[in-house]
Amino acid sequence: MPDIAERGYAKPDVLVSTDWVAENLNNPNVRIIESNEDPLLYPSGHIPGAVQVDWTRDLNDPVLRDYIQKPQFETLMSRIGVTKDTTVVFYGDKNNWWATYAFWVFQLFGHTNAKIMDGGRLKWEKEGRELTREVPQYPPTQYVAPERDDTKIRAFRAQVLEHIKAQKPLVDVRSPQEYTGELLHMPNYPQEGTLRGGHIPGAQSVPWARAVNPDDGTFKTSDELRAIYEGEKGLKPTDDIIAYCRIGERSSHSWFVLTYLLGYNNVRNYDGSWTEWGNSVGVPIEKNV
Amino acid sequence: MSQIPAKLQRILDDFSAITDRHERAEYLIEIADRFNSVRVPADISARPHPEENHVQMCESDAYVWAIPKEDGTHQFYFDVLNPQGLSAMALSVVLAETLSGEPNEAVAKVMPDIVFTLFGREVAMGKGQGLMGIVNMVQYAAKSKL
Repeated sequence: MPDIAERGYAKPDVLVSTDWVAENLNNPNVRIIESNEDPLLYPSGHIPGAVQVDWTRDLNDPVLRDYIQKPQFETLMSRIGVTKDTTVVFYGDKNNWWATYAFWVFQLFGHTNAKIMDGGRLKWEKEGRELTREVPQYPPTQYVAPERDDTKIRAFRAQVLEHIKAQKPLVDVRSPQEYTGELLHMPNYPQEGTLRGGHIPGAQSVPWARAVNPDDGTFKTSDELRAIYEGEKGLKPTDDIIAYCRIGERSSHSWFVLTYLLGYNNVRNYDGSWTEWGNSVGVPIEKNV
Repeated sequence: MSQIPAKLQRILDDFSAITDRHERAEYLIEIADRFNSVRVPADISARPHPEENHVQMCESDAYVWAIPKEDGTHQFYFDVLNPQGLSAMALSVVLAETLSGEPNEAVAKVMPDIVFTLFGREVAMGKGQGLMGIVNMVQYAAKSKL
C-alpha cells in the first residue's frame, strides 16, 4: 500500500500512519483516542497513552435518541485533557468504523483538529506494536465548545424525504442483504430492529467496507475509491449526498471517505438511518426481493 | 422444567451484582480468554463455515453449532472470525460452558436479554442485537428439539 501522501486523497492530512502515532505517543499536543464497537477491547489493551471515547456512554444523550449537547461535549473534552489546540487522533476496531463515527460527532462541535489513524487497531496489532492496559490520566482542561451544528453534515428524516423528492443521490452503506430487504434465514428473527426491510427509494448500495483493504484496514487509494463511487455508481464531487446505514455508524465511515478522501463538499450522514426509516409510518421503501 | 440452567443462572447472578463497569469488563475479558476451548473443532466445521451457522446480526462474524448428543441435549460450539470480537467470544464461552448438555426445555427458556445482564444496559444497540443473535441461535436449536 502506498504511503498516505501518495494515494491521491483530497485531504491527506486527515490521516496519520501507525508510524506517525508511534512517534507522537508522548507529544503533549496530540491526544490518541480509541473508539470501538466492542467495549471490551480498550480495557483488554490499547495504545499507550490513548484514552477511550465510548460511543454509547460519552457521545449519546442518555435519554433522547440524540447526541450530547455542548455542555456534555465540553465535559468530555475536559476529562480527556483536550484543548482547542490539541490534535485528536482517532483509531478503533472494525477498520475505524467507530473511530470515524466519533470523528463525525466531534465535527458537529467544530473540533476540526482531528485525524484518523489509517488502518486502525487492526493494523497497529498486526504490526506487533505495544498495547497497554494502563489507563492514562490527563489534567482536566477548560474547553469551550460551540453549540452543536447539525446543519452541515447531519441529515434528518424530513430532509431525506425532500432529498428523495428532488431525486438527489443517497448511499446505503449496509450489507447487500440489508439493502435488498432480504429476510434473514431463520424464522421469527427480528430484522435489524425494524419492522420493515429494504432501502430508501433511489439509494445506491455501496457497502462501507468496500472503502478499506481488509488485510490491514487501511483506506483504498483515491483511484480505487473513485472507481467504486464514481465509476460504478456515477456520483460526482459536486453532488448533494446523504449516506445512511442502520444507526449512522457505518455511514459515518462512508461520509468520511467521500468528504475527506475524495473531497466531496456536500455529504451528510443520516444517523436516524434504517432504524428510524424502517420503523416510520408511511415513508416510502424500495425492496428488491 | 421452568428454570434456565443453574450454571447460567449462577453466572447471571454474579454479573447482576457487578456495578463497576471496569470490573465487569475485566470479568468478561477473563472469560473471553477461554474462547479456544469452545471454538468449533475442525472435524465439525472448517472455514469458510456454512452460512446456516452464521449469526446474521453479529458484526463480529460469529457462528454457532448445536451438535446433538446421545441423550438428546446439545454440545454448543462457536467461532468468531473477527479476532477483535471479544464480546462475542465472552458470550460464546458463557453459553457453551453453561448450556452444553443441559435439557432442551431449560435451554429454550434462555432469553436473549441475558446479554444486558452480562454486558450491562449501556451496550450499544447494534452490539446488543448482534450478541442477542448469538443467544437466539442457541435458543432456536433447543426449541427445535421440543
